[in-house]
This record gives sequence, structure tokens and C-alpha cells, in this order.
Amino acid sequence: MSPSDRLEVLKTYKLFINGAFPRTESGRSLLVEDKRGKPLAHLCHASRKDLRNAVVAARKAAPGWAKRSAYNRTQILYRMAEMLEGKSQEFTDVIASTVPGGKSRASREVAAAVDRLVAYAGWADKFGQVLGCNNPVAAPFYNFTIAEAMGVVCVVAPAEEPLLGLISLLAPAICAGNTAVVVGSSEHPLATAILGEVCATSDVPAGVVNLLTGQRPELLEVMAGHRDVDAISAAGCTKAERTTLELGAAENLKRVTVDTSKGKEWYDLERMNSPYRIQPFVEMKTIWHPSGA
Amino acid sequence: MSPSPKTASKPELDFGNAWEYAAAPEGTKVAIDAKYGLFIDGEFQKPRSKRYMDTVNPATEEVLAKVAIANQADVDQAIAAAKAAFPKWRRLKPSERAKYLFRIARRIQERARELAVLETLDGGKPIKESRDVDIPEAAKHFFYHAGWADKLDYVFPGRKGAPLGVCAQIIPWNFPLLMAAWKIAPALACGNTVVLKPAETTSLTALRLAEIFQEVGLPPGVVNIVTGAGITGAALAAHKDVKKLAFTGSTDVGKELARNLAGSGKRLTLELGGKSPNIIFDDASIDQAVDGVVQGIYFNQGHVCCAGSRLFVQEGIMEEVLTRLQVRIESLRVGDPLDKNTDLGAINSIGQLATIKRYIEAGNSEGARMFQSKAKLPKQGYWCRPTWFTDVQPSHTIAREEIFGPVLSVMSFRTPEEALTRANNTPYGLAAGVWTDKGSKIFEIASRLKAGVVWCNSYNRFDAASPFGGYKQSGFGREGGRQGLLPYLELNS
Repeated sequence: MSPSDRLEVLKTYKLFINGAFPRTESGRSLLVEDKRGKPLAHLCHASRKDLRNAVVAARKAAPGWAKRSAYNRTQILYRMAEMLEGKSQEFTDVIASTVPGGKSRASREVAAAVDRLVAYAGWADKFGQVLGCNNPVAAPFYNFTIAEAMGVVCVVAPAEEPLLGLISLLAPAICAGNTAVVVGSSEHPLATAILGEVCATSDVPAGVVNLLTGQRPELLEVMAGHRDVDAISAAGCTKAERTTLELGAAENLKRVTVDTSKGKEWYDLERMNSPYRIQPFVEMKTIWHPSGA
Repeated sequence: MSPSPKTASKPELDFGNAWEYAAAPEGTKVAIDAKYGLFIDGEFQKPRSKRYMDTVNPATEEVLAKVAIANQADVDQAIAAAKAAFPKWRRLKPSERAKYLFRIARRIQERARELAVLETLDGGKPIKESRDVDIPEAAKHFFYHAGWADKLDYVFPGRKGAPLGVCAQIIPWNFPLLMAAWKIAPALACGNTVVLKPAETTSLTALRLAEIFQEVGLPPGVVNIVTGAGITGAALAAHKDVKKLAFTGSTDVGKELARNLAGSGKRLTLELGGKSPNIIFDDASIDQAVDGVVQGIYFNQGHVCCAGSRLFVQEGIMEEVLTRLQVRIESLRVGDPLDKNTDLGAINSIGQLATIKRYIEAGNSEGARMFQSKAKLPKQGYWCRPTWFTDVQPSHTIAREEIFGPVLSVMSFRTPEEALTRANNTPYGLAAGVWTDKGSKIFEIASRLKAGVVWCNSYNRFDAASPFGGYKQSGFGREGGRQGLLPYLELNS
């Protein structure tokens, strides 16, 4: 049998929830077409129930992840970068198949995503030293402020730079000890669908990163109003989407951050690799202790 | 079931009728105008609304003064003044901006006695608290933030901060002048201009602060003060020229404001309610802890967002803690807020007194066991005896909801794990207290409590250099310290 006679084994794309690859409970699928409109793949069309399941997994994983040493989180994020690097050809191919700009653009995006993970791997055991401090109070107390993980962060990835955008929102959240539920780009969902393979092989504990492919409008409102979500990090939002998020978030006062980055800004290292992108996903805790006998 | 205190009726120190109580009233007299206008663009002016409300001394029920109610037109004018003042204020040399704040701090210190008396008259808090906490801390907030004005480039390494513009600030009635200082000082230090709305029952010290702004020559429009009730606040929050809203108050109103601002692009910080746990382990210094419990719940009549209203006591020391707590609570003086001996002053308003009474009633009807001090209460005014409940279940209303009064719920626990689970089992996350003499335990518990402020072997300590603010539904953003500057700056990227 010559190679050309061989039938290719196609990948079944699934969700990534709690460290496993389930199909959507809804049984629905999304057709992804390539740039010429040719059918390319079928993906899980995640439901609101899938989102809620992912939040349950993320909540369960949150205390353990926050309790890991910062050094350990550093190494796990770096491991993600290693795995992503190893799969960069596959990511480049799937991104180039739907995103305008061709393979060289896609390859640049993937490389930048790897580097972003490396940058935040480095931040995991340092941001606390930049964002926290000791406070000179006018009383015999030792007083200091530390940055702690918030808990569960929902990430709404932009359509633009579907992998780099996603990583740019995900990395700051998880490097600080939060767990994440990611809704990938609806327009270009393939990178989201295979990112689970990176997480699954990087010692990322089950539930720390959960990845959903689906229709963003359907999931935003549930996410915004969900009482067990602590924060939302979104990008590429319309004004109406932003209003939906902020309105729903008032339910339990979850923290909403809407990133307005566009185009080249996703590649601007000064903008993107900054600890002030971690700041919205930590709580500052101030501890007082008497000093003196 | 918690054991009942052993010495339930007998105070530790009983002097019989050996001598009469001698009051030590604060002697300073403070002039109060019959009517107060709005402070807009550097001048006091009559409200366009032509409407006024009474502000009442809650200890005597006497009307102290009439205070203007700002309507939409008044709010528009105040915001226009703040907007007009912004370009010049932001361009002012930062070291000069700092000097205005230093001047304000100094004038507050110079007028401290008068401000303390006025705060106590208008709000009902004991003079020893307004004298020793509210006013000195208000001055410190201006002093602390003054120094930041020309050092903002050092606050956030790698970034420069720019002011936002007009900040609307809405403050509560529990620490009227101090909250005004918390809000105004960082906003001005960062180069913003302000429209502040004091609480409707406690406007007088904020209006005195406006006089201080005039005295120190603060440029007109940099701070504007509009008095009124909720409608005035809503008009302020909704105004299109407001870039940032800072609110301190109830969680319900905070959520409403968050909904109103959704999609507006305005910045928001919220400092809201709490149901803060205070945890005593059996290896704590019990006398210190009991004092901290009293400080935690009865300070300012319990009108404190971070009040330690849920007391968790490790089982083995419950009886001892309750006994000592009772002795300590029986010694608290309730009454004339102007008396320097007074520990608990008047409840801030008749409405708040009714709320507290409703919660006490709920505690009784849901099966908790109530204790109250036997303090004698004055005939006039709004008063509530220091109250505590034992046999409280986590599901009881008094264990879940913020009462904002001198009412403590006492519960027991067995293990540190149980204490943590129960302490964190609340939608709030403002503050917490933990008492133990073991260092490793205190840091473990402090790090696992979901609260923005954790007091170890202490409670209700505040400082301008120390960030304050909550987790979860106690709001977001911090006030004070380095982190408190962030809400008032736009960082370049």
C-alpha cells in the first residue's frame, strides 16, 4: 500500500474539562470551515451545562492550585510552554486553515504564545513581590499586604489571534493561582480545541484549565451571572457584550476586566508581559500583627 | 448548647453605692449654622432645588441644622465645576499639589477638637472615638496621600499613572469625616477632581471640611460637596462626565450601582458590607482576645462595615470566654456621646435603630439565646444596649446578615479546619480576626481566611498606609496604602 492510499486518521475534537476530554453533554457540534468555505472539522458546541460543569471542576481545583508553591506553578507554566513549542506545527496548521494571513502569520502567533507562557511562568513566583508590600503604620504593628488568588476566573478569548489572545488572558490568571474556564474564539475555535492536549501533558492539575468551544453569545450571560465565578477576563468584546458581562457580574460582584487590545498590541511585550495584567485577578490581603512584647 | 456564663449577674468590680458617677462632658462649644448650602466651585451656595433636610442629633433627637438637598441641576453644576477645574489641577506641579494636601491635613489637626465635637453631635459616636480615631485618622489620610502626589512614578514600577478626571464619591454615615478623607485624599493626590456626597444623616463635618478647603486656598472646583439622599447619589453616579465612582455603603446599593454602571466604561470601586468572623483559639491570651472582641463589635456602636460580628470560640474555652466577656460588656458605659467616659454612644438614626431591633427580634424568634448589658439608657435619643447571642446556628439570620449595630453572635468550633470553613462560609469577605499565641497557626489561618483585612491578635485597627477593602461581595478595590492609589490612576501601557 503506497502512502497516498492510506486513509488519514482524523482527530475528534472535544472539550477539556477537569483534566479529561468529554464531548459536550448537549450532543451538538459546530462545523468549522476553512478560508475557502470548505468543511474542515466538527467541534463540540458547548452548552451552558458544560460551562457549569467546567466551573464546578475549576472550583474544586482552586484551593489546591492556589496552595501550590509559586515555584511549582512557575515550572508547570514553563512545561506548558515546552509542550506548546513541541506542537507548534499542528497549532500553526490549524490556525492558518481558518485565520487570514497564512502560515507565516500563524507561526508567528504560535511562537509569541509560547513566549508569553514563558514570561508568565517567570512571573508566578515574582508578581507577589511587585504587587505586595509592607506598610509603615503608626502603631506597634507589623503590617503587610499580599496578593492572593481570587478563585475561579472565566476567560473569554478574542477572535483575533485565537491562540495568542487566549494565552494572554489565561496565563496571568493561572500564574497567580486561579483556576480558569475558557471560552475560546467562536470564529476560530480549533486552537482552543487542541490546547487541552498541551495542558494534559504539562502537569497542569485537573480542573485548573478548562477549555470550551462553542458560541460565545450563548455562554456569556450564564458566565456573567454564575454565582461561583469570581472574575471574568474578556477580550474582543462588543459594547453590548461588555454590558452583558458587567450587568450579570453585579449579581455576586465578580470582577470584570475587558481587554481592549487589538492587532499588533497582542505582540507588544511591554504591554502584554506586565504584572499589571495579573493585578485584576488577585485580591490584596492586608495582615496586621502586633509587634512588641 | 453553649454553657451559660457562671457569673451571669455579678460584675467583677462592685463598688456598691460608694460614690456617684461623675460625668466628664466635653466642654468645647461648636457653632452650627441654621442652614447649610452646597459647596460648589469653591463657594457655599443655595440649592437650586430650594429643598433642605433636617440633620438630627441622635443622642437628643434635636434638629441641629438644615442641610441642602441637591437635585439634578445642582449635581450638574457641581460636576461641571469639577470638570472645569480638572485640567489646571492635573497640570499643577505635583509638589505643589502635595502642599495643598499637607495644608488640609494641618488645618484638620488645628480644628480637631471642633471637628470631633461636631462629629459626635451629628452622628452620635462617643467623643473619645471621634477625638482619638476619626479626626486624627482623617488628618493622617491627607498627610499620607499628600506625600504621594509627587511620587506617583514610583508607585507602579514600569508604569506611569495619569489622573482620570472627575471622581464621584458617595460615603456612609458611620465615619463621616474619615470616609470623606479616605475618598478625597487619594483622588486629589493623583490629580483628579471630586464631587463628594456625604450621607444624609451626617453631612456637617464634610461641610466643615469644605470650609477648610476655602481656608487653605484649594482652587475652586477641585472638591465639590453636594448633600442629599439616595436620589442625589444616583444622579451623581449616572452623570456622563463622571469617570470614576467610589462608593462605601451597603452591598445592596453597591450592586445596584454596579448594574447602573454596566457598559458605561466608568471605573468603579465598592467598599461594602461584611459579616466578619473573629476566631479565638484555646491557646490565645484570653483577656486580650476578650478585649479585642469588645473592640471588634462595640466600637462605634457596631456601625462598622468590618465589625467582628461573628465570634467563633474554640469549644474548650467557651465558658471562660463568655464569663469574661460578660464582665467586660457589663462595664461598658452607654449614653451621652459627649461624655469622655462613654463607650457606646447613640445609634445613628431612628431608622437604623429599627433595623437593629428587627435583627434582635429575629435572633430571639429563631432560637438563639440573648444577653444584654444592664446599662441604663437615657430617656431621649436612639440607644441600643450591647447585645450578644449564644446558641447561634450558622443558618440564623443574625449569623448571616449584616446588622450594623452592637449585636454579637457567639458560636463554637472544635478544629481549626472547622473554624476556617465556617468563617469563610459567607458571601462577604471584608475582614477577620484571629487570636492564638502560636505563630505558625496564626499565619496559616490568616492566609486561608477569605478577607481583605486580617487582624491577628488585634481588631479594628486602621491606618492611612494600610490598604482596606474586601473580597467577594464586600466589594472591590482598596483604599489606603500603595494599592489604594490604583483606582485613581490610569496606568500607561
